[in-house]
Amino acid sequence: MAQKKNLGKIRGFSIQFLPYSELKDLNSTERVKKILGIILGNVILIIQGKLETEEETRLIGDTMAMIGHVKDFKGIELAVISGNGTSGFFDKFRTGMIRMIGGKNLGAVTIIGPATIVKEIKKNPKKIELLLDSKY
Amino acid sequence: MVGEMLKKFFKKIFSNIFGQKRELKMGFYGPPNAGKTSLANRICKDFTGEEMGSVSKVPHETRSVQFKEKVEISYKGKKMTFKMIDTPGIATKIDYEDFLKFKMKKKDAKTRAKEATQGIVESIKWLDDVDIVVIVLDATENPYNQVNITIVGNLVARKIPVLIVANKIDLRKANIKKIESAFPEYDVVGISARYGKNLEEFYESIFKLAKKI
Repeated sequence: MAQKKNLGKIRGFSIQFLPYSELKDLNSTERVKKILGIILGNVILIIQGKLETEEETRLIGDTMAMIGHVKDFKGIELAVISGNGTSGFFDKFRTGMIRMIGGKNLGAVTIIGPATIVKEIKKNPKKIELLLDSKY
Repeated sequence: MVGEMLKKFFKKIFSNIFGQKRELKMGFYGPPNAGKTSLANRICKDFTGEEMGSVSKVPHETRSVQFKEKVEISYKGKKMTFKMIDTPGIATKIDYEDFLKFKMKKKDAKTRAKEATQGIVESIKWLDDVDIVVIVLDATENPYNQVNITIVGNLVARKIPVLIVANKIDLRKANIKKIESAFPEYDVVGISARYGKNLEEFYESIFKLAKKI
């Protein structure tokens, strides 16, 4: 009985990994649409690689357009970890922002979650932390 | 991208040929409550005697793009004219319940949230139409925020010169070094828009930035 109760609690959201192969043949509009579609299902999405900068901006714009139109949707939390460096994921900044924004960086990982579940993503050069809403 | 570069090139050529005094479009971007409007107000007050917009402790006080035309900034005998564009703070989430903490009525909070989302969309659209950008960050906050990175990335992709301002250096928690280490390829100027601290360095950096166009 107790086990059932616990399972009930974790049914609130899931974590999904999306390999780059799932996005590579899509155009920017389709990518953003696919990502938002997944997130709306109460999913924290971990994407292999990173979006183009323009796609990230479009993602923010489309997110804003959905707030108020989709019930209980308050937006997203988003973080990109560029994992090619040997001594930290912010080494990319030090070696050049242009390479960082190039997109298709398969050494990177993008984390996107609905703001109703992910209250905050704390980033610093040494770690990344997802703070989840206590009701989940 | 190529179209944007050509547009800028021809604009520059024509303004040189016809000897027009060019008005540079200076955008103020950054997260909510970083002090974009406070800085824009300070500049406008210094050079026009008028302010641009209202400021508040409640986030998303600026919910539509504000303009101030023909602001002539003079620094050490040099003069440049700007169109100032103060944009709503860019965020990835808006929750009307956050505004209730500031003793706002539910209806007003919902209206504010709706206007804030529209303001962010408007801010993003304006990225296509600015000549230089001042990114205003709160020096007491963690700069490693994806929104900051996304904005800078967009400007780099558009080849728009960027100056990063670390605002609120009058506060004890302010940490300019953290902002400098997050954006090592950019000039970071620490200021206090509220108290007008270190604005000379800011104006000098603006003139340097304008030369990059």
